Amino acid sequence: MKLLFEISSKDRKLDLIPPCDTEIYSFDDKLIRKEKLRLPEVSEVDLSRHYTNLAKEAHGVNNGFYPLGSCTMKYNPSINEVVASDKNFTSIHPLQPVETVQGCLEVLYEAKKLLCEITGMDDMSFQPAAGAHGEYAGLILIKKYHQDRNDYKRVNIIVPDSAHGTNPASATMVGFKVVNIPSNENGGVDIEKLKAAVGEDTAGLMLTNPNTLGLFDSNILEITRIVHDAGGLCYYDGANLNAIMGRVRPGDMGFDCVHLNLHKTFSTPHGGGGPGSGPVGCKDILKDFLPTLEVAKNENGFHFYQPAKTMGQVRSFYGNFLVVVKALTYIKSLGKEGIAEASGNAVLNANYLMNKLKTHYDVAYDLICMHEFVLSLGKMKREYGVSAMDIAKGCLDYGIHPPTMYFPLIVSEALMLEPTETESKETLDQAADIFIKLYETAISNPEKLHNAPSKCYITRPDEVQAARKPILTYQFKND
Amino acid sequence: MFNYPKKLKYTETHEWVKKENDIYIIGISDYAQDALGDIVFVNLPEVDDEVFVQESFGDVESVKAVSDLFSPVTGVVCEVNEDLLDNPALLNDDCYANWLIKVEDVSETDEFLDADSYREFCESQG
Repeated sequence: MKLLFEISSKDRKLDLIPPCDTEIYSFDDKLIRKEKLRLPEVSEVDLSRHYTNLAKEAHGVNNGFYPLGSCTMKYNPSINEVVASDKNFTSIHPLQPVETVQGCLEVLYEAKKLLCEITGMDDMSFQPAAGAHGEYAGLILIKKYHQDRNDYKRVNIIVPDSAHGTNPASATMVGFKVVNIPSNENGGVDIEKLKAAVGEDTAGLMLTNPNTLGLFDSNILEITRIVHDAGGLCYYDGANLNAIMGRVRPGDMGFDCVHLNLHKTFSTPHGGGGPGSGPVGCKDILKDFLPTLEVAKNENGFHFYQPAKTMGQVRSFYGNFLVVVKALTYIKSLGKEGIAEASGNAVLNANYLMNKLKTHYDVAYDLICMHEFVLSLGKMKREYGVSAMDIAKGCLDYGIHPPTMYFPLIVSEALMLEPTETESKETLDQAADIFIKLYETAISNPEKLHNAPSKCYITRPDEVQAARKPILTYQFKND
Repeated sequence: MFNYPKKLKYTETHEWVKKENDIYIIGISDYAQDALGDIVFVNLPEVDDEVFVQESFGDVESVKAVSDLFSPVTGVVCEVNEDLLDNPALLNDDCYANWLIKVEDVSETDEFLDADSYREFCESQG
């Protein structure tokens, strides 16, 4: 496939951009560029074909199976888009008088109420634009809580070694020091190590449950109690909420604040289809610190207000509003029973696929999993020289998206699979057959996997050179 | 299959240590560089920075992941291997010749493993 620059032909015109219909302002001569901008010059049909061809090389949930662990790549129902495209949502301005956009405020209010119910929180802000942004806002809640009590010695955030990489990163961004604790032999939090780590310098704990190994930590009540007894707060990373929504609530596990990934759990697009939304929810003790503005309801209808000790804005206006519209549509479509059914099927699908693959692959922790599971290809790499990367690349030749690779870090040659509830048994059976075929190829013809994929337009890029010496702009031939 | 030089000490976080007079030289082990794969970036402290036992003093990034480097000693950095910043692949080429930092004024050291114990530890990692 040629780049736009390569199909460019001098002075070829395109009608998509209308002629300039305003007065042309004359700038000082020294400000005017001396050469024409080197933009590609192509016809509309060539441009259209170019992007259609690019789209053919892309892979999304609408193209096929997408078991990218930790990312919850579920299908996004079309009704979400229909509702979010309504001009009453799209043709408004964030600064117009609230009495003219009561319906939009009601969407925020209703979504907040339902998501608080699902998470067991008391209040929520939709400002954060994505997961890590929600983590950041959640940690500011914790920081402001301690500072408000004039407790400035709490500088540590405890993070297990299986955590999402964003957890220590967010804690560092907020100015906390990260204390890493190792996992126990079942992949859960090591209670003794946690007890040894907490103290008067503990600001809080960041945890996701089920954890990144796809395992539910059944010691969760003891874990949150240990942190609370030491005076710290507990933060729930909502990345894995798809395993438990409608069944178990972070608030009931003892968490004080959470972030959600609406673009994962609540079926709004992500992975290039974004934008995302990472609302931050909290218990009553933290709600005064939430970002501003917040929506509330009284006898006159819906209005905005500023939380008493607000952290301020973490983003402009009310977050990615249309994403909230889509998430609310999803929740309302499924209803109370449907939400629990979705998480149940997510867990069922993961266990079904795990058990089909267990006949060939090593499971990192051979326990009943939640919505995802981790394979360890350490033995395969030692015995046949085929790595997790090779298997992942091999998936591309079969038209499925590779699983998450090399995460969590505590599993050697990790492949992390999350099928989600929206896949049928037939799709899972086909995927299992493909993974088993790849396993057999690893033994019979490892070289083939070292060179995979062979059927994609771009086969095996040199990732090392791409990282060390990236070429980020088009290199014109005559330069 | 990995190289564990006898004259070095090791940590469970896969750093090696060599003491020369009062200076501790620190690097990453063969097991670590192999597990990481092609290393594309190294982030190291500066001379005169303090490092602390079992605390991160930098990180290495490969095409797979970013991993923290944990200090086997508490002390003050007296020399940094600047060559690695421009050419991190040196760690893949020879992780024992290409040390990361040298530390002086060492007040505390981690419990070190000798080559045989470290080899056993690595082999138990699956």
